[in-house]
Amino acid sequence: MALEGLLWCIGALLATGVAAIWAAHFRAGTPVVYGAALCFCAAALGIAVTCLLAGNSLLGALTLPVGLPWLGAHFRLDSLAAFFLVVVNLGGVTASIYGVGYGRHEEAPGRVLPFFPAFLAGMNLVVLADDAFTFLFTWEFMSLTSWALVMAHHRRSGNAAAGYLYLIMASFGTLALLLAFGLLAGPAGGYAFQAIRAAPPADGVAAVVLVLALIGAGSKAGLVPLHVWLPLAHPAAPSHVSALMSGVMTKVAVYGIVRIVFDLLGAPTWWAGALVALLGGVTAVMGVLHALMEHDLKRLLAYHTVENIGIIFIGLGLALAFEANEMRAAAALALTAALFHVFNHSVFKSLLFFGSGAVLTATGERDMEHLGGLIHRMPLTAFAFLVGSAAISALPPFNGFVSEWLTFQAILVSPALPQWLLKFLVPAIGALLALSAALAAACFVKAFGVTFLGRPRTEAARNAVETDRWSLATMFILVALCLIAGILPGYFIDALAPVTQVLAGAHLPRQGELDWLTIVPVAQSRSSYNGLLLFLIIAFAAGLGAEAIHRWASRALRRSAPWDCGFPDPSPATQYTAGSFSQPIRRVFGTVVFRAREEVRIPPPGDLQAAQMHVRLRDVQWDTFYVPITGLVSYVADRLNKVQFLSIRAYLTLVFGALVALLMVLAVWQ
Amino acid sequence: MAIVLDLLVQIGQMVLVLALAPLFTGYVRKVKAHLLRREGPPLVQPYREMLRLLRKDVVLAHTASWVFRVAPYLIFATTWVAASLIPTFATGLIFSYAADVIAIVALLGSARFMLALAGLDVGTSFGGIGSSREMLIASLAEPAMLMVVFTLSLLAGSTQLSSIAASMQGPDVGLRFSLALALIGLIMVAIAENARIPVDNPATHLELTMVHEAMILEYSGRHLALIEAAASLKLLLYVSVIVCVFFPWGIAVSGQGLVAFVGGVGVYVVKLAAGGFVLAVFETAIAKMRVFRVPDFLGAALMLGFLGALLLFVTMAR
Amino acid sequence: MDPLALDVAHLFAGGLVLVSFMLLYQDRMTGLVNNFALHALVVSLSVAWQAHIQHAPHLYITAAIALVVKAIVIPLALHRIIVQLGIHRTIETVVGVGQTMLAGIGLVALSIMVMLPITAKAGTLTQQDLAFALSVLLLGLLMMISRRNAVSQVIGFMSIENGLILAATGAKGMPLVVEISVAFSILIALIVIGVFLFRIRERFDTVDIHALHQYRGEQP
Repeated sequence: MALEGLLWCIGALLATGVAAIWAAHFRAGTPVVYGAALCFCAAALGIAVTCLLAGNSLLGALTLPVGLPWLGAHFRLDSLAAFFLVVVNLGGVTASIYGVGYGRHEEAPGRVLPFFPAFLAGMNLVVLADDAFTFLFTWEFMSLTSWALVMAHHRRSGNAAAGYLYLIMASFGTLALLLAFGLLAGPAGGYAFQAIRAAPPADGVAAVVLVLALIGAGSKAGLVPLHVWLPLAHPAAPSHVSALMSGVMTKVAVYGIVRIVFDLLGAPTWWAGALVALLGGVTAVMGVLHALMEHDLKRLLAYHTVENIGIIFIGLGLALAFEANEMRAAAALALTAALFHVFNHSVFKSLLFFGSGAVLTATGERDMEHLGGLIHRMPLTAFAFLVGSAAISALPPFNGFVSEWLTFQAILVSPALPQWLLKFLVPAIGALLALSAALAAACFVKAFGVTFLGRPRTEAARNAVETDRWSLATMFILVALCLIAGILPGYFIDALAPVTQVLAGAHLPRQGELDWLTIVPVAQSRSSYNGLLLFLIIAFAAGLGAEAIHRWASRALRRSAPWDCGFPDPSPATQYTAGSFSQPIRRVFGTVVFRAREEVRIPPPGDLQAAQMHVRLRDVQWDTFYVPITGLVSYVADRLNKVQFLSIRAYLTLVFGALVALLMVLAVWQ
Repeated sequence: MAIVLDLLVQIGQMVLVLALAPLFTGYVRKVKAHLLRREGPPLVQPYREMLRLLRKDVVLAHTASWVFRVAPYLIFATTWVAASLIPTFATGLIFSYAADVIAIVALLGSARFMLALAGLDVGTSFGGIGSSREMLIASLAEPAMLMVVFTLSLLAGSTQLSSIAASMQGPDVGLRFSLALALIGLIMVAIAENARIPVDNPATHLELTMVHEAMILEYSGRHLALIEAAASLKLLLYVSVIVCVFFPWGIAVSGQGLVAFVGGVGVYVVKLAAGGFVLAVFETAIAKMRVFRVPDFLGAALMLGFLGALLLFVTMAR
Repeated sequence: MDPLALDVAHLFAGGLVLVSFMLLYQDRMTGLVNNFALHALVVSLSVAWQAHIQHAPHLYITAAIALVVKAIVIPLALHRIIVQLGIHRTIETVVGVGQTMLAGIGLVALSIMVMLPITAKAGTLTQQDLAFALSVLLLGLLMMISRRNAVSQVIGFMSIENGLILAATGAKGMPLVVEISVAFSILIALIVIGVFLFRIRERFDTVDIHALHQYRGEQP
């Protein structure tokens, strides 16, 4: 019943996409298309939420007679799919509302409108797919529609190259997944997930499948070193699509990994957990260090997505390690932390991308070095962006803190793991997680501070105006969600219980009934957190302080020029830029990780030229992996190019040679 | 009825830390002055300064936004709440189960986030200097603190400060090496976070040596009073954590009655006096480091915390 | 055995590892020599404590030798050498402090990984003491390879010997004869090295190893 409803919503989304090809010619077409997408996504969201809260593990399975003739298209709705459907459709709803306002500024609606509902439909279908063919088909559909959206403004510099790289990486990822599913299906060729679940592969095969799944789905999620396409492609798309790609599509990739590794592969091994957690830790730190070096607002947010994916993978890796050692309660804790972070990240990353889209439409600038002082011109956007920044920096009482707290609790349960390598690896991963959390806060002080605070650095920033009501409405919905998930996390943890029950065989104790809405993941004596109480006490303390001071001390206030140690400079160029803000961190971490080099050229005295500072960063992954590989490919292609220019006799000889070789193989094999 | 009494005791702790914080700052200044053979300002001078500032007008720059005006209240509130959650004279108070050590570290992180934003708000270069250096220090001090927290939590089997304090008094802890590493790491982090010599000079007026002072350069009046109060509370918080975790003898347990609480307060004041004396001696004996030596210093603290946690991970099977 | 006694021994072993880390962190010559004096002091205290709890009086002599020779005489001699060589300024490390400390942590982890399975039958604290002793040895070697100055390499070399003493006394097998002969050979080596240092200084005006390479005709 629920599954049919969802498939109808998805079909309606596809139909909207087709209709949008025609509707894009009209001015009123944009709000209509986005409104239709909103309705269908909201319906799907409602269905998914009711399914998740119902708590059963299996909620429906269906086979449609499309696709391969002997296979059909299997679809299945269980609690894991329901949770990810909630994430996908929540993103879809908010992006559609945002699109109603943002889409008015779109100069080529015909390139965006048809693909937007199709992209949403594709993501929903991936989550529901229950056999390898449907999964891969919908995965490719999702990639292609998002590629079309990335190429929507293909005349802007850099976008075409970004789209090209995205296409290559997406195809490479699908190839890896194809091989993985081929290995899982085995010689019998049972591609339906039901068949794969019934016959888990042998240990060696399972290891290869795990690595292939990490390569395939990990490249879509943004694992280091396969993340290089993400900071180029995500910012190139329109802002609401960037929010969907960063906030939602990466989560669909996480779904792919969870489905393959936790569900289809059978019992995990401990070193699989170690590998995933280590990749997660390295990804987290590398992502946030890259983000700190950026001064393009959207690229910073895209690199930050890489960091949060790393945090999610740390949780997943720990869950795998716990499950391999039969520590089911701890596995449930780690899995809950990872999945809660999936939800939280989609919420605050969408919020931040919507904010940057608002800044982009208001000023036409993405570069932080050309912005500044926007809090005076766009106060509501600034407030929403501030809440998003606080949430992503894991500050209480917002939701980012709760999922990081749960991940730390999972790390603190890990001494019970018996394997030696894990005993050394997990504290190192804990240190990497702590480091990435602290660097993330620094990154967002920079992002919010340089963009919104201070004085405007250019005319564009001076003349910015607040965005439209639709964008503001959706941003404030997400702000409210950040706060609610932060102060009432118990309900969200309870909603995740059926999911962890399916995957890990255990779930956290019921949080909703505890006193005062505290959450206690392991035991009361061990750790507890009460977001609501903390929020109320802080609000009370701040209010008490303000009231007491205003009543008994002074309320007086006057405006004046800034003090600036007695040398106030009217030029806004004297304030800190993004590059100068991150200079200490670049000097401490960047000289090792990025071979960051600064070069300052100061003209001699009397020369009126401006001084110049150049900062050179090298992306280590790009230089070590991609450049040699592309070099090799170019070399091989050059060598093989000769095959294009042979004579007819040479071609005939090739055909003859291939035929003879195949016949010889056939003869020998008999 | 019991809940009302517990609530009163908790509120009493909140009032106690707020009242003691400026006194502690004044005491440290006095001891430093005496070590330099000066008379020094009176012990209650910080109270007088705060009252004077509270009554003055606030002078706001034209370019300051609402973030600048709201930040002092939020910084003060988060730091005060964090300081109230540390067991000072009694463990197990009613709010202490709302936040464990990780949440307290994150609350201090919130305060620092708002302070760094306020530094960038007016759009001067001094604020930028302070904010960027502060975030550099934070990016290393916070992981070091979390590693120390890991070490303590692994030993105590809990992240609640009350449970950690209780288990440190227990018999099966002994003189663990990881505890020594955690203590040294915590002291180094405390020095860095509270802007003390050798990381930052709390009495400086030179731009080259400023971190905390640079961020609050534009603040005046009641805003400055709140931020100074928050800084004193933060110092009291860190000294209280060191004292409560590593020297927990004499702390009352919640529910033991008024006499035990009063005794706990007395013991706490004595411990604070000892801690303040050690801090003052240390600050007088050592010179301030260059800014780019601070990452080495904090990196060492991170390594110590990590080593402590690693040793415990390896040798425990809990 | 009395758990408090074992705890104190453990604390001394761990303290020695900590002082070895301080040696890695230190980059001023005078500070380095003072740190080395502290290193030798901790070793002598540890050996004295072992003498007390093992009721082995000959270890008191070992402790006394360590204290007098390595905590007092050799540091004083090194101070004089440094002042005479004129190098009582900063020294540079080959790799940055951060990476050296990270490598040090890795070495401690490595020694724990090696030692704990081998000594599985002994008590927990003895296992850790042996792991700490091996770490002190490895950290001393790390110090030798991460420094450019000859004097600091000598200090690294002597701290290796302290690690060996810790291991030997911890495992309850250090006859006095062995100790005296080892200490003597160290002293002779130190005298020879000191003579050579002065010769090198006279000849080449520097004791920087890197500079000496150029005189060998090898690429820098």
